[in-house]
Amino acid sequence: MTAMLEIGLSHYLTVAAILFTLGVVGIFLNRKNVIIIMMSIELILLAVNLNLVAFSSALHDLVGQVLAMFVLTVAAAEAAIGLAIIVVFFRSRGTIAVEDISQLKG
Amino acid sequence: MSTALIFYLFAGLTVASGAMVVSARNPVHSVLWLILCFFNTAGLFLLLGAEFLAMVLVIVYVGAVAVLFLFVVMMLDVNRAELRAGFLHYLPLGGLVGAVLLGELVTVAFAWNPTESTAALTRAPFPDPLQVTNTQALGRLIYTDYIFLFQTAGLILLVAMIGAILLTHRRRTGVRRQTIADQVDRSPRSVELRKVQSGRGL
Repeated sequence: MTAMLEIGLSHYLTVAAILFTLGVVGIFLNRKNVIIIMMSIELILLAVNLNLVAFSSALHDLVGQVLAMFVLTVAAAEAAIGLAIIVVFFRSRGTIAVEDISQLKG
Repeated sequence: MSTALIFYLFAGLTVASGAMVVSARNPVHSVLWLILCFFNTAGLFLLLGAEFLAMVLVIVYVGAVAVLFLFVVMMLDVNRAELRAGFLHYLPLGGLVGAVLLGELVTVAFAWNPTESTAALTRAPFPDPLQVTNTQALGRLIYTDYIFLFQTAGLILLVAMIGAILLTHRRRTGVRRQTIADQVDRSPRSVELRKVQSGRGL
């Protein structure tokens, strides 16, 4: 019971692990909609950020938070570019189903 | 005691809304669950003492990224029922991979503990929170030790912005648009130039 009430590093790591797994499973399950896959990637990046901040707090080191901020920046850039690509693709093909996106296949 | 309660509230809501993101039938609902997930993670960040990152998460993720997702989901008119097909088909494989991954990650999370040398490896220790706030401490670090990384992050955002504009920009036909160069141009059809001999007139 005391282990349940004393919130430590491993509690946060467990939450982040569950969130990461949800993101990976989301990529597996949604084979039709690219946007849901991008949201799953956002979940994965969020879990990584949670890990970084949890370790930063547990080890009393600010560098983890700096790193989390840069991960946040890259995630925002990735979302913008990815959604732009999806919009352009939908304009030319009329679909965003993953199975139909096979233009790059040799 | 109360900290534990608040932690379980935020953590439970984060995990529940994360599960709803991947399993909601409507993509718009997915985005709304994602926003709830971001809010609760911001609460967890607050509990961890990372106030600046919590606020950045709310502003950048909820205010910009999630709204961007919402716009795109609403802009693309996709068939909902068709999109959900095959959800159960991949459930066994996805569930298996997820269970293995979760088991490994949780094992690592509970097996990890710091050794004596960990404290010596601290690069930037937390300053006294009563004197220097979290935002101030982060700023001191970012603008000194990590200035080049910070500039690179700005450059990445600039490239992303230019890329997104370049990808989605298109010239429509059949739209009357103003072309300043044509209007002020002294072309033969707008102005006629004549050589006038002196004393003769036109």
